[in-house]
Amino acid sequence: MRNKKVYLDYAATTQISQEVLEEMLSFFKKDFGNPSSIHSFGQKAQEAVDTARERVSRFLNCSSTEIVFTGSATEANNLAIFGIIKNYLKKEIKPHIITTNIEHHAVFEPCEELEKQGAEITYLNVNKDGLIEVSDIEKAIKENTFLISVMYANNEIGTIQPIAEIGALLKKINSPKIKNSLSKIYFHTDAVQAANYLDCDVKKIGVDLLTLSGHKIYGPKGIGVLYVKQGIPIESLVYGGGQEQGLRSGTENVPAIVGMGKAIEEIGKNKPEIKKIRDLRDKLVKGILQKIPKARLNGSKEKRIPNNANISIPGVEGESLVIALDQEGIAVSTGSACSSKDLKPSHVLLAIGLSPKEAHGSLRITLGKYTTEEEIEKALKAMPKVVEKLRKISPFK
Amino acid sequence: MIKRTPYTKKVLEHFQNPHNYGKIKNPDGIGKVGNIQCGDVMYLYIKIDKNKKGEETIKEVKFETYGCLAAIASSSIITDLIKGKTIAQAIDFNRQKVVDSLGGLPPIKLHCSVLAVDALLEAIHNYLTKNKKPIPVKLKERHKEIEKAKKEIKKRYKD
Repeated sequence: MRNKKVYLDYAATTQISQEVLEEMLSFFKKDFGNPSSIHSFGQKAQEAVDTARERVSRFLNCSSTEIVFTGSATEANNLAIFGIIKNYLKKEIKPHIITTNIEHHAVFEPCEELEKQGAEITYLNVNKDGLIEVSDIEKAIKENTFLISVMYANNEIGTIQPIAEIGALLKKINSPKIKNSLSKIYFHTDAVQAANYLDCDVKKIGVDLLTLSGHKIYGPKGIGVLYVKQGIPIESLVYGGGQEQGLRSGTENVPAIVGMGKAIEEIGKNKPEIKKIRDLRDKLVKGILQKIPKARLNGSKEKRIPNNANISIPGVEGESLVIALDQEGIAVSTGSACSSKDLKPSHVLLAIGLSPKEAHGSLRITLGKYTTEEEIEKALKAMPKVVEKLRKISPFK
Repeated sequence: MIKRTPYTKKVLEHFQNPHNYGKIKNPDGIGKVGNIQCGDVMYLYIKIDKNKKGEETIKEVKFETYGCLAAIASSSIITDLIKGKTIAQAIDFNRQKVVDSLGGLPPIKLHCSVLAVDALLEAIHNYLTKNKKPIPVKLKERHKEIEKAKKEIKKRYKD
């Protein structure tokens, strides 16, 4: 037990749960059929895909025909954004998209690409807590605004955006548009980090498109979901056999779809774990702020998912901290798994007003349902030691 | 996206147990390079002595570094490599020696070895200037480039 490694990077990925794994296994070998085949092998696979679709739709409170399985959440985000905007570009209308300056790269990059292709993008600033103001969205809306994409919970600082409020605002704005048969404003949210903890009832939160990921919810990698509200004019980005209502051609990844369905179903059973995760997170943050001089928490204290802590530690650089902690058996991350590969400080931390200097010395620590009190204690022991050592080397104490 | 090359054992060793870190009281020369906005800052302190042949040598060297693994490891190893060397040898030092001694660095981290050598050159420049000694052309030119880069970064981040 003593030498067991401590994983505190659940926002990067989670291990697959035993229940999910067991459901998936038979679809690799025994029930390997192609859902498109009409024989019994195919039927068996089709049934499994249907069950998974049913489970996802129950979680989102929508119809199973509104679920599209994709190869990843990144792909689902791409489908949502390009899929909606493509129509307008074809008709030579300049579409305007509103998004935020703290989105995941999987939303950012499609928007930047569309900008090159002739779309107009507004990146709304968040406040110092990392939250978007609903009134800012209202102000940013133009006549040619056709899509708003705002993430539900941020992957780096865990802040929760007022998705239901934005949904309600859009309902108000869209109703005269619908009456006059004008093109409405569609609302997309990337709910990848939110799914474990927040209400994803699409009717309640009022979204037209919503993205989920398998591997952030104790399911497999290589599977994403896009909820696409009935009747939305969305175009496919992948052409072929017409699977997934024509929106995602390609033979279904049956084991992963099955895993996704089971993982989604399990979220409901995990609800009692949320309090435990929140308590452990609070204990961790409190301990860090007490034991590490000048450390501070980034992002809103209240409006954040219960498993996320993002801490700035002046005087030490993030990557050094991550590796030094890894050498002590504690796995955490800097800003985000992607940002640690380039040298730029996190765009999210810069967006909430941190200087590049502060952003360089930040850690993201994310907990999950397997996190134990012992693990948190181990982390609390290792962190001050490691920071002290690195500060001794650093010219900034 | 750049693929992350794993660090060598040598880099990890120097990171875990860096050599010669800290300050030298009343150093003969200090080299301060890098910028915290970009993620790496190195301070290199040197003490100068004369060897039996009467050549000036680096008697003592210490560093303080804020930065990634590669920056800390590069700082640590350069102190090992230049200790006892003559000033002329130190000026001739190039970054490839740092990289080779570490058993290689990931391409994205090669700039850390440049930074370590710059810190060394700046420390020597500082020593020579303070003591009104002639400054070799190579040193003068590099110093100018480093100063220029510093100004540009200052302008970019307005601080």
